[in-house]
Amino acid sequence: MTVTSTATDTPSPLPERLADATRDETSLRRFLHGLPGVDQVGVEQRAAGLGTRSIKKAAKRWAIDTAISMVDLTTLEGADTHGKVRALAAKAKLPDPEHPDTPRVAAVCVYPDLVAPAVEALQGTGIGVASVATAFPSGRSSREIKLADVKMAVDAGATEVDMVIDRGAFLEGRYGHVFEEIQAIKAACGQAHLKVILETGELATYDNVRRASWLGLLAGGDFIKTSTGKVSPAATLPVTHVMLQAVHDWHATTGELRGVKPAGGIRTTKDAIKYLVAVHEVAGPQWLDPSLFRFGASSLLNDLLLQRRTQLDGHYSGPDYVTVD
Amino acid sequence: MPDSPFEYAPAPESRDIANLKPAYRPFIDGAFVDGKGEPLKTINPATEEVLAEVSTASKSDVDTAVKAARRAYEKTWGRMPGAERAKYIFRLARLIQERGRELAVLESLDNGKPIKESRDSDIPTAAAHFFYHAGWADKLDYAGYGPDPRPLGVAGQVIPWNFPLLMLAWKIAPALATGNTVVLKPAETTPLTALVFAELCQQADLPPGVVNILPGAGDIGAELVGHPDVNKIAFTGSTEVGKLIQRTVAGTPKKLTLELGGKAANVVFDDAPLDQAVEGIVNGIFFNQGHVCCAGSRLLVQESIVDEVLEKLRYRVSTLRIGDPLDKNTDVGAINSREQLTKIQELVDSGDTEGAQRWTSPCPIPERGFFFAPTVFSDVQQSMRIAREEIFGPVLSVLTFRTPEEAVTKANNTPYGLSAGIWTEKGSRILWMANQLRAGVVWANTFNRFDPAAPFGGYQESGFGREGGRTGLEAYLDV
Repeated sequence: MTVTSTATDTPSPLPERLADATRDETSLRRFLHGLPGVDQVGVEQRAAGLGTRSIKKAAKRWAIDTAISMVDLTTLEGADTHGKVRALAAKAKLPDPEHPDTPRVAAVCVYPDLVAPAVEALQGTGIGVASVATAFPSGRSSREIKLADVKMAVDAGATEVDMVIDRGAFLEGRYGHVFEEIQAIKAACGQAHLKVILETGELATYDNVRRASWLGLLAGGDFIKTSTGKVSPAATLPVTHVMLQAVHDWHATTGELRGVKPAGGIRTTKDAIKYLVAVHEVAGPQWLDPSLFRFGASSLLNDLLLQRRTQLDGHYSGPDYVTVD
Repeated sequence: MPDSPFEYAPAPESRDIANLKPAYRPFIDGAFVDGKGEPLKTINPATEEVLAEVSTASKSDVDTAVKAARRAYEKTWGRMPGAERAKYIFRLARLIQERGRELAVLESLDNGKPIKESRDSDIPTAAAHFFYHAGWADKLDYAGYGPDPRPLGVAGQVIPWNFPLLMLAWKIAPALATGNTVVLKPAETTPLTALVFAELCQQADLPPGVVNILPGAGDIGAELVGHPDVNKIAFTGSTEVGKLIQRTVAGTPKKLTLELGGKAANVVFDDAPLDQAVEGIVNGIFFNQGHVCCAGSRLLVQESIVDEVLEKLRYRVSTLRIGDPLDKNTDVGAINSREQLTKIQELVDSGDTEGAQRWTSPCPIPERGFFFAPTVFSDVQQSMRIAREEIFGPVLSVLTFRTPEEAVTKANNTPYGLSAGIWTEKGSRILWMANQLRAGVVWANTFNRFDPAAPFGGYQESGFGREGGRTGLEAYLDV
């Protein structure tokens, strides 16, 4: 599977019903509040129910390889260095040296000032370089600074930008402000893909998650992403369900395919497979591709590698048999 | 659903866990005995293979069992203090949990329901009923039926094939908690889990005669219902048989509760949480292949959103996995018998003839066994048979309404009245609808949720009397 680029300079015109939705602040509010509500009990029950799918044998091997190819291998620490980024890039290129047939990850995700070493280390591999931007993780800064942040990442060669929405403005009900900001950042991305982080842990209700998802899609986000990973709760299955439903409905309405990325807190193969089952049955089989679904993760990759070895060798190997980067 | 790269490999539960024996026998007066009736073969509806031979009861066996129950009532069980009875009932509850996997696999083999349902719903809920009623056994003075309410004596109970062990729990748990003894006849096609429950009664050291299990067909049920020394009849099954029972019992001092058919309206308003409503619709009609008396088989959708709901519903239904009930990933299992499959087919044909629009899930169907693909009829009118008669299969009829008043009128326009569902984000409308709907159970923004503390029962042709909760105790007390 290859990561295909669908980012364009000029977003295709929206269907009339949706074009009207973004005409002004009032229409946007009406549209977002006119979306069907999400029943908390129902969505959590559905997520738990799908979580009981039993994925074994060939299906499990396929799921593990697919999950590895969807990982955005991430380091977002104040202590990040060039050395750390290079180590991560090496891991991305060759996740399991003893099993060179292991798929590569989709991208490496770093802070804007470390995009350059990542680009250099991944030159010619086809592995993407994603950069968080827009005063990540809080997003509390001026528009100028956020745009400069994006520009810095894109100029350094980032192929993907993970922005954060202004949760303050969203919770104040200033949807137009959030919408315009996403549009402005999308324009600043140029050819780079835009992932819109909703920080669902701060949105508090599933209704808000649905509204924010649609807002991100209306404004041209290529992906909607759950969390920065810096706020608890980060990604959860029910929240991801709501977002997968949003991209499914978006496709049904516009014919366009947009992606989803849960990030933060997904550490085990078992969890990752639950997410893939949700992708499969909520959004649809089409989304089982790194161009439309990613995991924002760091420690998940090693668990996937260990489980992959278990499947191939028929026995478990310990954590010392995979690299710690 | 388009072709998928993600094919779930089969994840079957081992049938060895069911501990299946070649032969099963009736349980009378604390012992397994040879029945004098014609033995029957119970089959696995998913493969049509014979599971076991079951020795059945004859008329004289019914009399023996009732006499044993009477003795147990007079000598031990009826006199036993509630706190003592509670110990036995708690023991039964724990034994159901301990042998839960075995019971779940056996239930799926005999009935055809998916293992995920028997494992996560039937068996845990059955255990919960025993736990709940064990709690009541020593607190009957406070149940609101006066000081020291007395039991009735011997209860004759006849249960259906759709939830074999769960229906047994609904019948036996309250009967034992209130101090009655029991003669129970499981359904002809699904006797096995009831006979394993008889083993649990032995394991729990339940005094002989307190619980008697008599496998057999309808004639044995009729014999039990007509037996002069039975004080109470509890029946769950078809309305047709319920009426026969009511005629038999009329003019006798026997107490009677009936839990019969249904044609529940599941009402979806335009302000509903649509995705969860679709989940609830699916759960309401495809849970247990639609073999549910309270299934949401009539979907009433507000006309303004019917297209959107149908589109979402069809996509969701096409993701349901039909097949081997023992596969942990199966969502819809087998129809319980050829007879039932024929009945479903006949009603579906009438839907075609009367001009409803049929949509069938494109899912693959196993070649052997009794299977029926999930089916949704749209453009259904009140006058059609598929809108009025109980299909008891994975077939949904979709009708529309314009206003809340019309929704109520159409929902109540049925001879049945067991359950109903309301889907709206508007709380005041939920309360208003719940007051207007003539149904024993009304679910709001959910469907098919059961709890031993919540009374369950019907209006009109869905029967009378309640099972579960404080209210359900009344059926087994002399009040």
